[in-house]
Amino acid sequence: MHTDEPTPDQIHCKKVYKQMGLNDDEYSLVVELLGRRPNLTETGIFGVMWSEHCSYKNSKLLLSRFPVDGPKVLQGPGEGAGVVDIGDGYAVVFKVESHNHPSAIEPYQGAATGVGGILRDIFSMGARPVAVLNSLRFGPLSDSEADKKIISRTRYLFGNVVAGIAGYGNCIGVPTVGGEVCFDECYTGNPLVNVMGVGILRHDQLQHGRAEGIGNSVIYVGLATGRDGIHGATFASEELNEESDAKRTAVQVGDPFMGKLLIEACLEVYESGAIYSVQDMGAAGLTCSSTEMADKGGVGMELNLNLVPQRAENMSAYEIMLSESQERMLFVTNPGREEEVFAIFKKWNVPAVAVGHVIEEQVLRLKHHGEKVAELPLNTVCGASPVYQRESKMPQEVVERQQQTAITWSVPENLQIVFQQLIQTPELASKSWVYQQYDCMVRTSTSVRPGSDAGVVRVEGTDKALAMSIDGNSRYVFLDPKTGGKIAVAEAARNVVCSGARPLAITDGLNFGNPEKPEIFWQLEQAVSGMAETCNFLKLPVTGGNVSLYNETEGEAIYPTPVVGVVGLIENNDHTTTQFFQNSGDVLLLLGDTKNELGGSSYQQMQLGKITGMPPKLDLDKEQTLQQTLLEIIHSGIVISAHDLSQGGLAVALLTSCTENYGILVNWEIDLRPDIALFSESQSRILLSISPDNTELVEVVMQKKGVPCARIGKVVSSGTSGSNCGGSTGCFDISLNGTPVIQAELNPLRELWKNAIGREMEISV
Amino acid sequence: MRCAVIVFPGSNCDYDLYKAANYIEGIQAEYVWYTSKSLDGFDAILVPGGFSYGDALRAGALAARAPILKALQRAADSGTRVLGICNGFQILTECGLLPGALHRNSGLRFICRTVNLEVSNTATPFTSGYVGRTSTHVRLEIAHGEGNYTCDSDTLHKLEDNGQIVFRYSGDNPNGSVANIAGITNEAGNVLGMMPHPERAMADWMGSSDGRILFESMRD
Repeated sequence: MHTDEPTPDQIHCKKVYKQMGLNDDEYSLVVELLGRRPNLTETGIFGVMWSEHCSYKNSKLLLSRFPVDGPKVLQGPGEGAGVVDIGDGYAVVFKVESHNHPSAIEPYQGAATGVGGILRDIFSMGARPVAVLNSLRFGPLSDSEADKKIISRTRYLFGNVVAGIAGYGNCIGVPTVGGEVCFDECYTGNPLVNVMGVGILRHDQLQHGRAEGIGNSVIYVGLATGRDGIHGATFASEELNEESDAKRTAVQVGDPFMGKLLIEACLEVYESGAIYSVQDMGAAGLTCSSTEMADKGGVGMELNLNLVPQRAENMSAYEIMLSESQERMLFVTNPGREEEVFAIFKKWNVPAVAVGHVIEEQVLRLKHHGEKVAELPLNTVCGASPVYQRESKMPQEVVERQQQTAITWSVPENLQIVFQQLIQTPELASKSWVYQQYDCMVRTSTSVRPGSDAGVVRVEGTDKALAMSIDGNSRYVFLDPKTGGKIAVAEAARNVVCSGARPLAITDGLNFGNPEKPEIFWQLEQAVSGMAETCNFLKLPVTGGNVSLYNETEGEAIYPTPVVGVVGLIENNDHTTTQFFQNSGDVLLLLGDTKNELGGSSYQQMQLGKITGMPPKLDLDKEQTLQQTLLEIIHSGIVISAHDLSQGGLAVALLTSCTENYGILVNWEIDLRPDIALFSESQSRILLSISPDNTELVEVVMQKKGVPCARIGKVVSSGTSGSNCGGSTGCFDISLNGTPVIQAELNPLRELWKNAIGREMEISV
Repeated sequence: MRCAVIVFPGSNCDYDLYKAANYIEGIQAEYVWYTSKSLDGFDAILVPGGFSYGDALRAGALAARAPILKALQRAADSGTRVLGICNGFQILTECGLLPGALHRNSGLRFICRTVNLEVSNTATPFTSGYVGRTSTHVRLEIAHGEGNYTCDSDTLHKLEDNGQIVFRYSGDNPNGSVANIAGITNEAGNVLGMMPHPERAMADWMGSSDGRILFESMRD
């Protein structure tokens, strides 16, 4: 033991455990379970293993409401990532993970290691990573009233998070095929970075993380351990404050080159059959991987910390166990197969060294410099963390906010100007400034790139493809967490359905404030119950996910932000559908009902500078019928384009379906105020383009299923190669009940929308 | 035709190039590990994109000193066709098989998108198939952070006079390269380096099939 380390008694008396994330009661429980006072290393191990990030102590009871099983689920929550069968002997592996706190302090590395971490989760299951997606939240990029320093900081965070994702993902060679970015004041001090990884494996390649076989070697693989990221998991489970910047050492540094070598070497090692089990070293590093592997296998593990590769001198046992250095994995080999494993890693120049072995006694035993420095029964570290049923209380201000449903402004005189303003807000503007920094095509399996409702990646060796999307509208959740939670799941599913896929399962990223506050816990509880209800109804199992709590700055919480990652199966590549118009003369059909629903909408936010009232309603029966019917007609091959209506309503959905070459002529008969008609965010709506010959057929099917279906206009061509509206600049014309409300040239309008974020980033503050 | 796809640590378009080449009837592609000392028996050598050695030092700098490079130099000198794409192009300039250098994009950001290219010389073993296409314009994807081709004015004149500039960006130039250069050959014409990815444009579902022609030209 290092001589300058506090003794067990000092840890007790000076409450050193508090720095490691344990409160008084939790520390007392540790002492009771061990029957003695833990030393520093042991206290640190409990600190990380009992953090929210590793133990889910605040959210466990709520998460149990999610359905986790289904006929196609091969692996639910509990391993690195969920695994779902996709037929032909293949399965898809996917999961979302957050890197919010590190990204708030050091955006480039915070985001980069987020990508690295989730990819290790994917290939630790045996899968080849085939795609990543991301869901990002930042403060506003400009605001005339805000402090200039804050705006510069926000742009720095946004620019560097994107660069970090690009820097890691592009180098490791996994395409970024989709994602979303939103901007709101509530994220100014606490940005959100959620990354979703997706992989494909053959069933016989599936790996697990159970250590078994007494005497089997435990092999440490990857980069040497340094002092970076010590207590990252604990840091992630605290609120951010002025001192957070001083915690910069808690941020890890990524090495995508080593990440790439690790992927290739690990996949080769799996094929050799020489290893028994594997787990990545993510949150809580060597501590979490060793204890979880041993615990899952019902065995123990003994490690000699002197054998752990180290890149800093004189590291203590505490530091070695708590480091979150990146690009590391832990393996348990099959008996006598160590040399084969070493040879493969050597070929790839990846360090690999035996650091211990599996033991019968169910303890984690650590040796350092010949001394025993920790011995912890696994059932205390892994199974015994406290589980909290937090107090839940609906805040009075929520009730008051929900009652403010009246629309307090009159219809704007010039809706075209309002529309132009709306499509230039960063939240609705094209995200091409972001996704053009990501390689979306490497591995040459991407058939739908970023910019449509879902990214689509082909499954090689089959006629199938996977559609994937990540989505979440926190404004709805803020106004009414339960409805917001329902919409989050329904919309994610709708996105992949619009791409021609049957949704298979979801992964959830729950980003909330401090659950010890009853109002925050109420948000979490309500949102989870709305999500669970929708998952059960739509038969969408939750196969894994991530909980990120304590997203607060100086006591102010972010909007409750559940994001939902979904993967859907396209049975035949021919079914792949995008949101983009493709033929002049195709008929525009609007499926679903449009109602007076502006609560939480982008339009309301722009008009009022805040949101009030209730979010749009979601009728699960209607949603299910809509999704099933749409999928049927897509499968029949008559749908040219399909686009989910979301933020910004019909007007924005029309614009984002247009291309350089195809605009629209719309006249919609609708009994609503014109601004509500254009910008309402009513749920369960989809915009289709269908060839004139097939339009009636679609209408008949929709009528039979009871899905409202309105002919609202047609696609018109533009461009130099022949135009039937607006000449080479094209046209974007919307009339309501015969009265023109938007009569714009298409391509200038698209330019405004396409370059808005780039312009915003360049305006000086 | 037997094609080698060189695999460096950190190559990540090796698989795409391997698939693309094997997709063309009459081409058999094989991987060759970067420590190999021989490229004998191959009719063409493909140097893939990616981040060899994690772009340590400079993109392509370490790969240009990898064990296989001697064999690559020998093959190029003897007239074997060599195609370097993206990081492969960077490696070919770093090892001196092609003149000039690839700087950071003028916008200082990585760019991934489809670009329009003009085939400036169809009289090369890589581009003969583009003859007769309407205005010899092709659409390929770029994905790079360091694609800004640079050389001194003497070199540029030589490149222009010898017809070594094979691909130029048409319309807008995404990375600020001199003379809109997207791809060049050596003086002998058997070594081509290009930033755009023909292996990503093999079928309509990928967004373009214009890359096929390049591989077919190489075969013929």
